[in-house]
Order: sequence, then structure tokens, then C-alpha cells
Amino acid sequence: MAKDIAVATPSLGAEAEPQGRGRWSEFGRKWWILIRRNPLGFFGLVTIIVLGVVALAGPPTKIFGLPVFGPGFAPYGLNEFTAGQPNEAMSWAHPFGTDRIGRDILSRDIYGAQISLSVAFISVLGGSAIGTAFGIISGYVGGLLDSAIQRAVDTAIAFPGLLLLLIIVQVLGPSFWTVVFAIMLGIIPGVTRVIRGAALSEKNNQYVEAARSIGASTPRILFRHILPNVLALAIVIMTTLLGAAILAEASLSFLGLGIPEPAASWGRDVSQARNSFPINIPAAFFPGAAIALTVFGFNMLGDAIRDIADPRLRGSQS
Amino acid sequence: MQTFILRRLLIGAVIIVFLSIAVFFVLHIVPGNPAQQRCGLSCKPEQIKAIEHDLGLDKPLWPVSFNGSSPFIHFGDSQYGDWVKSLFTGDLGVSTYYHQPVSTALKQRLPVTFELMVLTMIFTIVVGVPFGIISAVWRNSPVDYVVRTTAILGLSVPNFWIATLVLIVPLALWNYSPPIGRTISFTSDPIGNLKQFGPPAAVLALASAAGIMRLARSSLLEVLRQDYMRTARAKGLRERAVVLSHGLKNSLIPVVTVLGLQMAGLLGGAIIIEVIFTLHGLGEYAFQELLYKDFQVVQTITVYVGAVVILLNLLVDVSYAWFDPRIRYS
Repeated sequence: MAKDIAVATPSLGAEAEPQGRGRWSEFGRKWWILIRRNPLGFFGLVTIIVLGVVALAGPPTKIFGLPVFGPGFAPYGLNEFTAGQPNEAMSWAHPFGTDRIGRDILSRDIYGAQISLSVAFISVLGGSAIGTAFGIISGYVGGLLDSAIQRAVDTAIAFPGLLLLLIIVQVLGPSFWTVVFAIMLGIIPGVTRVIRGAALSEKNNQYVEAARSIGASTPRILFRHILPNVLALAIVIMTTLLGAAILAEASLSFLGLGIPEPAASWGRDVSQARNSFPINIPAAFFPGAAIALTVFGFNMLGDAIRDIADPRLRGSQS
Repeated sequence: MQTFILRRLLIGAVIIVFLSIAVFFVLHIVPGNPAQQRCGLSCKPEQIKAIEHDLGLDKPLWPVSFNGSSPFIHFGDSQYGDWVKSLFTGDLGVSTYYHQPVSTALKQRLPVTFELMVLTMIFTIVVGVPFGIISAVWRNSPVDYVVRTTAILGLSVPNFWIATLVLIVPLALWNYSPPIGRTISFTSDPIGNLKQFGPPAAVLALASAAGIMRLARSSLLEVLRQDYMRTARAKGLRERAVVLSHGLKNSLIPVVTVLGLQMAGLLGGAIIIEVIFTLHGLGEYAFQELLYKDFQVVQTITVYVGAVVILLNLLVDVSYAWFDPRIRYS
């Protein structure tokens, strides 16, 4: 990223600065310019950092065998249904109220952040890595392998989006890892296609020819020469996919085919709030607002990173 | 152009074959016997055998077997072959959950999903395009920022959340709920029909309208930079005429094509909206059958919808060349 930032602000660099201001002020100045140019992207970054801190702060706990940090900010336990009376209104004791069996909604939202963020990060990292590998292989090697990979991508894209995820989760049985796996599978085709295009254009560059002429093997060319050149694009795609992954997990959980109990999931909490009687609007509002805020943050950040890293992509994605 | 369409149709057919194999494979990984499920728990082995025979479940799964090392094909004598045949004949069997022939259910549910799609598209265009124009014409003004931020918000909010709020907030405040359950046909009661389909379509249109707005904005900005726009201004046309008649027409080309692509995506999004608003459309049907593990129906719907998506994509590509004569396929 540091390289991209320097490229993005060449005319506003520090060469006009008086000598001796030090590297830190130069660094800070560049950041300040970046922030001023992308206020919404900065807002997104701050949102994500705050959410991350809220989700991860506190004493370490284990979930699904994974060592993660427990949400120390949550005033009550995740499934502590003695936190209050059922369907309590918003108050100082329960800022977001309580749900239909008396669990504190704020606490559940904080725990939910952990699940949402970890599902999104694991599935997007995995899916982008696999998609990028397929993409560069498909683009560089070409021939029969390329056709095979591209037809597989076509097939996956012909699946009506959410239905593919629902089928996979239902077949494998809902769990943390099947949800991650399903979202990963959903991500791979799109990434493969975009990265293939980038790899195709890299393939004709002279440095590839040079590498080949000195006898570099195909895997070496793929991963030492082409990969670093499509990596910026892959990172940009990844940031824009994070929001989509969070929405996908929430949708699955909403439909009852997501992360199962006892873990917290924002999507499932919205769904369960529909069963409250009398109607409990905060119980439906706050988990959904948490999803919206997180996805909004990721989308803003993704837009900004895309603008900074690759001006060619500006406005191309809707 | 004709060869292009022909080639694409051919590739599309191949993809549909792959799709059918993939979905058939995935849905047959699961253990569990549909005959057992259909028969109930207190069922004798002979009864299960009989049902298995009726449903063709005693046949091998795939139409290819190996005799020693040489493969031979027995298409008519395999579950996959039976299923593919049924896709063409329309004799899709009976749903275990609804006790109703699948073809009848599809006929009843197709119009529901179709109307939802059409209404969603109307909302998308009516909201997305004008705001895109406003945002482009007054770019970098406060109006532009508000519209753009709203658009990103529209892309960020989960539609099931908005749908839930749309259902429960009026219920809590005014004790109002849109008609739920029975499908009201447009011909018999247009107002009741719109009361039923309007809210879900509006919610579903939220994200697509936001996408269209962003696209219309960037596309119009691109066109406004062209030389012919300067010419139009130079010959003294009013700004309004410049933007609306010269700019808009040319900027709408990508918008129309993306609308087609969104239509394909909406078919997936319809599932969750139909479930929440209990619209008895294809999405809700596929979801219920999936929950009940009546996978044959899920397979069938997936392949049909996949075929529609592929045809839509082809139409989009063809329309692209039709709208923009500069594009030629060979």
C-alpha cells in the first residue's frame, strides 16, 4: 500500500517541504491528504477498526476450537437470558433493550460482530487466494486448462446466487465451517474471472518473456512474476468482497441455514425478532443496523482503496 | 451476428449440461432416502422397496458404467437420465412436501416471481436513473454527495432487514400489514395485488436501484466529457437539451445491459424476499423444498433458472450490439 499511496500523491509529496521536518511529519502529511480526499473511505476504515476492537477486545476465549479474543465490551453474556425481562425497552441497563427471552441485545450484537467478521475474513481470504491462483493459471497457461476453468466458472455463475450457498449449507449441514466454505465457493468464480483477465494482459509483457528465455519454470513465472503484478488488483477485489461476504452470512443465518446456536449471528437475531410478541422493534432493528454499518464501512473503504490503488477501476463496479 | 448467437447458444447448452451434472452430484452426496421420507417412519422394508421402484431410485445414479475397463452408456436406465428426460417432458413428479405435481406448482408460482421481477425492475429504473442523472449533472455538489452516500447505503443494508422492518413497524404503529398468504391476482383486484407486491418489490429494488444510480452517474459523466457534447453546447442548445437528449441516450447503453444482468441476480434475491413476505413464488418454493430435502425439485428449479440466466446474459450481449452500433461481434 505504501507504494500506491506515494504514487497517488506525487505532486503533493514532501519535496517542497523545508528540510528537517522529519520523516514522520511527511508521512502524516501524506495520510492527511489521503484522508481529506477520501473522507468516506476514512470513515469506513474507522468504522471497521472500531468494530474490530469491540469484537476482539477482552479475555481470550475459544470458539469452534479457534483461539479468538472474547468481546470484553459486552455487558452481559451471549446467552444470558437472565440479563433482563423479556422484551424490555431501551434503558441504561440495556441500551438496545432485551430480546424475547430476556437476552441483552447490545451484548449479542457485540458477540455477533466477532462471528460476522471472522466468517467474512476467512472466506474472503480463502476464496480470493484460490480464485487468484485459478485466475493466473487459467490466464497464463491457456489452452484446454483455461477452457475447462472458464466453463466451470460459467457454470458456477449460472447458479442463482443465494441458492448455491443455501444448497451447499443444507447438503453439508449448517455450521461455522460449512458457511465459510459455501461463501468461499461463491467468491471463487468472480475472482477467477477478473484475475484471469489481468493475467492475460501481464502474459504479453516483456518481463515474462525475459523470465521464460532464461529458463524459468512455469510455476516460477506464475508465482514470482505474474502474481506480484496482479496482487494489487486482488487486494482491491478482496476489500469490495468483504461487505458482500458479511451480507451472505447474514442472509444464510436469517434463513436458518447459517451459523447455528449457540453462537450469535446478526442475521439470525433479526429473523428471531420477527417471532417476538408483542412486537419488539429494537430487537429487529439493532442487529440489522450492525450488519448495515459493517457492510457500509467495508464498501466505503473498498471504494476508497479502489480509487487510490487502481484509477482504471473507478466507477466500473456498481 | 448470427454465428455469434449460435455459438453462444451452443456454449449455453454445454453450461446447462454442466450445471445439471453439478447440481445432481451435489444433491446426491447427502445420505438419506427420499423413499423413506415419503413413506414415513413406520414403514416396512418392502414398502420402501416398492416406492423406490416407483420413483426409479433403484436405478444407478449416473448413465455411464464400466464393464471391465470399457465404459458403456445406459441413459434411460439411470436416475440422472430419468431426471433430464423429465426436464424436457415436464413430467416432474410429485412434491413430497406439498403433495402436488411439481409442474402444477411451477405454473402457479412462475407468475408470482415474474410480477415481482417486473415491479422490481420498474422501481429500479424509476428511482435509479433520475438520481443518477441528478448526481452526474451536479457532480461534487452536496446533492451529489447525499445521493451517492445514500446509494452506497442502499447497497449496504441487508434487504431482509429492511423487509422485516417494513413488515413489523407498520404493524406495531398502525396495526397494518400487507395482505399475506393467498396470492391476489392483478386481474381480479389490482389494488390488492399492488398492496401485496409493492412492498417486497420496493425492498428488492433497493440494492439494484442503488447500483443503477451509480452506473448511470458514472456513465453519464463519461458521456458529458465527449466532444459531441461540447458541439451541442457550442451550437447553442440549452443545457437541459444537451444533457437529456444528447447525453442521456448515449449514457443509457451500459445501464440497459446491467439491468439485464441484475434481473438474473434478482432471481436469487427473490428467495429471501418471497420467504419474508410469504409470496408463493419460485424462490419460496425452492427454499421450502430445500429445507424439506426434496432435492429433486431443487435440482429442477436450479437448472430451469440457470437456463433463464444464461439466456438473459445472451440477450444482454446481443442488445449491447443493437444499442451501440460501434460494437460488432464476429
